[in-house]
Amino acid sequence: MDLGFNEEQEMLRKSARDFLDKECPKKLVRDMEEHPTGHSPELWKKMADLGWLGLPFPEKYGGMGFGFLDFCVLLEEMGRALLPGPYFSTVALAGQAIMDAGTEEQKQFLLPKIAGGNLVMALAWTEPAGRYDPSGIRLKATPQGDGYLVNGTKLFVHDAHVADMLLVAARTSGTPRSAEGITLLGVDARAAGVKATPLVTIAADKQCEVTFRRAAAARANVLGGPSQEGKGWPVLERLWLKGAIAECARMVGGAQWVLETTVQYAKDRVQFGRPIGSFQAIQHYCANMATDVDGARYIMYEAAWALDKGQPATMEVARAKAWVSDAYRRTCATAHQVHGAIGFTKDHDLQLYTRRAKAAEVRFGDADHFREVVAQQLGL
Amino acid sequence: MEYRFSPEEEAFRQELVAFIKKELPPGWVGGMDDSSSEDWAIAQQMRQKLAARGWLTLAWPREYGGMGASFMQQVIFTEEMAYNRCPGKDVFGVRMLGPTLIIYGTEEQKRRHLGGIARGEVVWCQGFSEPGAGSDLASLSTRAVEDGDDFVVNGQKVWTSGAHHADWMFLLVRTDPNVPKHKGISYLLVDMKSPGVTVRPLVYMAGYHAFNEVYFDNVRVPRSHLVGEKNQGWYVAMATLNFERSGVEWSAMARHTHEEIVDYARAVRRNGRPLSKDPLVRAKLAESAIEIEVSKLLAYRIAWMQSQGRVPDAESSMAKAFGTELLQRLTLTGLQIMGLPSVMAAGSRWAPLQGRLQRHYLRSFGYTIEAGTSEVQRMLIATRGLGLPR
Ligand SMILES: Cc1cc2nc3c(=O)[nH]c(=O)nc-3n(C[C@H](O)[C@H](O)[C@H](O)COP(=O)(O)OP(=O)(O)OC[C@H]3O[C@@H](n4cnc5c(N)ncnc54)[C@H](O)[C@@H]3O)c2cc1C
Repeated sequence: MDLGFNEEQEMLRKSARDFLDKECPKKLVRDMEEHPTGHSPELWKKMADLGWLGLPFPEKYGGMGFGFLDFCVLLEEMGRALLPGPYFSTVALAGQAIMDAGTEEQKQFLLPKIAGGNLVMALAWTEPAGRYDPSGIRLKATPQGDGYLVNGTKLFVHDAHVADMLLVAARTSGTPRSAEGITLLGVDARAAGVKATPLVTIAADKQCEVTFRRAAAARANVLGGPSQEGKGWPVLERLWLKGAIAECARMVGGAQWVLETTVQYAKDRVQFGRPIGSFQAIQHYCANMATDVDGARYIMYEAAWALDKGQPATMEVARAKAWVSDAYRRTCATAHQVHGAIGFTKDHDLQLYTRRAKAAEVRFGDADHFREVVAQQLGL
Repeated sequence: MEYRFSPEEEAFRQELVAFIKKELPPGWVGGMDDSSSEDWAIAQQMRQKLAARGWLTLAWPREYGGMGASFMQQVIFTEEMAYNRCPGKDVFGVRMLGPTLIIYGTEEQKRRHLGGIARGEVVWCQGFSEPGAGSDLASLSTRAVEDGDDFVVNGQKVWTSGAHHADWMFLLVRTDPNVPKHKGISYLLVDMKSPGVTVRPLVYMAGYHAFNEVYFDNVRVPRSHLVGEKNQGWYVAMATLNFERSGVEWSAMARHTHEEIVDYARAVRRNGRPLSKDPLVRAKLAESAIEIEVSKLLAYRIAWMQSQGRVPDAESSMAKAFGTELLQRLTLTGLQIMGLPSVMAAGSRWAPLQGRLQRHYLRSFGYTIEAGTSEVQRMLIATRGLGLPR
C-alpha cells in the first residue's frame, strides 16, 4: 500500500504547476471562453515542446512513455489551471483510443503527429440522445466504393471546430441498440459534408454539434483496420472508463484549487472583528470540503491505478466518477457560501470552476448513472 | 502509488482470518451485548487466544512482549477484527494504557501491569469523562489529595465503558485546582476493588449495558500508582506510541453491514420483485458502497503516512468523522430499505437480520460522540489541518 506519488510524478506535477501558472493565467481562461475557437496555437506549441502532447504515448511513437496514472497527475494540474483548448480531446480521448486500438500503421502515422502538435483531434461519440451506451449511437456510415459515406449528427463533441480529424463512432451494421455494428472511423474534419458548430454551454467549453452529410471516409481509416469494422464498441467501452477517470483527475485538480482558495479567503476576510475562518460554521464547511476533496483524490487515483495495471476497473471507475461528480459540485457550492457575495460575481474566479464542475459532473455519465453501475457490480 | 498490500501482508491477512473463523463459535454473526455473560465469555476467550498468538499486542515493541508489527499489519489486524466482528480486542489496555506505561511508567508499573494486558488477563477501563467534562476534558474536577503515601480520590466519572468488567481503571484527577486547567491534572491507576469505588450501570438507547458511572468516595490510591509526574497527567494522557490509528474499523464494520443489507435486498421481494430491483434501493446501496470505499481510503492514508514516519493529525479527524457518519447513514439506509419490518427488534422472530441492523442503527448514535465528537473533529480539521484561526 503506497498512497504517495513517486519522484517522477512529483516532478511532473511541479513543472506542470509552474508552467500553467505562467502560461495559463485566469485571464487566458476567460479570454478563451469568449474567443471563437477557445484554442491558443501558441500554447499548443509550447505544450508540444514540453512533450505533453505525447505524454502517455510510447516513446517509439514520439511520446514520453508515461503511464495512465502519471498522466492523471498532469490532468489534475490542468484541471486546477482550467486549461482551455483541445488537449483533452486530442490526447486523453482520441490519442488514447489510437494507442489502445489503432493498427501499428495508424499509431506510427497519427501519434507522432499529435505529439508534435501537428494534429488536433476530437472524439465524436454522443448524439442528441445524450447517451454514451450503444443505443446512443445512430449516425450511419454506409459502405461506398473503397470507403464509407457518413450521415447523421453528433452532439456534445468537444473541440470538433478546431480539430483536423474526428474519431467518429458510427453504425456500419446491426440494429440501432446493439453493441454490434459500431465502427470507429477517422473522418477528415474538413472533408466535404462535415460541419462543426460550437454551441453555448454552461462551461463555455466549446462543445459542438457536428453534422455529416455524405461525408467520405476511407476504409483504411477504421480504427484498428478494416477487420475491426463493426467491432468498435469494446474500444469505446474501455475508453469510457479511461475518459471518465481522466475527467475525474481534472475535477480533483479543480476542487483542490477551490478548497485552497476558500480556506485562504476564510483566513483573510474579517467580519465582527475576526477572520470569518474563526467562526465554527465556516470551519465546519471548510472541514467538509477538505474531506470531500481528499476522498475524491484517493478514490480517483484508486481507479487510475487499476486502469494503469490493466485491470477491468469497472467498479473502481464507477465509484470514482460517482463520488467525484458529487464532491466537486458540493465543494464549489460550499465555497460560494463561504465567499458571500463576492463569490457570486463574474469577476471572481470561483464561478469558472463552478460552471465547469457542473459540466464535468454529467460528462461520461453522472453520479446516478455510475451508482447504477456500482449497484450492478454489487450484484443487486 | 500502489493500491494493494504486499503478498506477505495478504498472507498475514489470510492467516488472521482463518484463525478468527476457526476460533469463533460456528455461525457467529457478531455479539449483541457483550455485557451478557455469554458474549463476555466469548470476548475473553478470544482475547486470550489472540494473546497466545502474540496478536493481541502485535503493535507493541518486542522488548515489551509485542511483535513490533508494521503499520500495514496493524491496519490489516484492525480491519479484519472489525469486519469479522471478532470480539476480544482490547482498546483500553492494549491501545491506551500499555503505550502510556511504555513511555511514562516506572519499571515497577511496567512489570506489574504490562504482562497482564499482553496475556489478555487483566481488564482495564478509562476514567476520563465526567458529568462536567466531556469535549472539554481538561475541565475535569474529580479531586485527588495527597495524604501520606496515598492519594485520596473523591468525585465521579461517567460513560466509563466496561467498568463493570474491569479490574483496573486509569483515570485523570485534579491534583491542583489553582493553576490553568491543563496543568493541575494527574494520571492514576486504580484497582477497581478498592474500598470506596462504586460502579453503577448506564444502559444505552439500544437497551444494553455497556458503560457506567463510577463514583469515588475517599478512595485511597498508593502514590506508586501515579503515572508520570504529579500535575503532568494531561500530557501523559496525550502520549501515544506511534501505533496505527487509522480508524479503518469504521469502514470495515460498514462493509460487513452493507453486505448483509445487499443480501437482504436480493432475497426479499416487495411489490412483486426483489427489493434489489427497486431503483431507489439500488442507488442508496451503491452510494453507501462508494462512501465505504472513501472511508477505507481515508483510513489507509493514515496507516500509509505513519509507515512513512509521518504523524497524522487532521487526517485522523477526517477518517473518524467521515467513517462514523457513514455508519449512521448506512444503518439508516438499511432500515429504510427494510421498511415496516425494520421496527421488529432482536428477540422477535419477525426481526430482519435478527435485529442486528436495528441495534447497530441505535448504537451508531454513539459513534459520532465517543472519542471526540464530529464537531470537535471538524474543528481539528479546520484549525490544525487547514490552519484556520481559532
Ligand atoms: C459509547 C460511548 C462510550 C464512551 N466511553 C468512554 C469511556 O470509556 N471513558 C471515558 O472517559 N469517556 C467515554 N465516553 C465519553 C466521551 O468521551 C464523551 O461523550 C465525549 O468526549 C463528548 O462529551 P459529552 O458527551 O460530555 O458531550 P459535550 O462535550 O457536552 O458535547 C455536547 C455537544 O456539544 C458539542 N460541543 C462541545 N464542545 C464544542 C465546541 N468547542 N465546539 C463545537 N461544539 C462543541 C459537541 O460536539 C456535542 O455536539 C464514551 C461516550 C460514548 C458515547
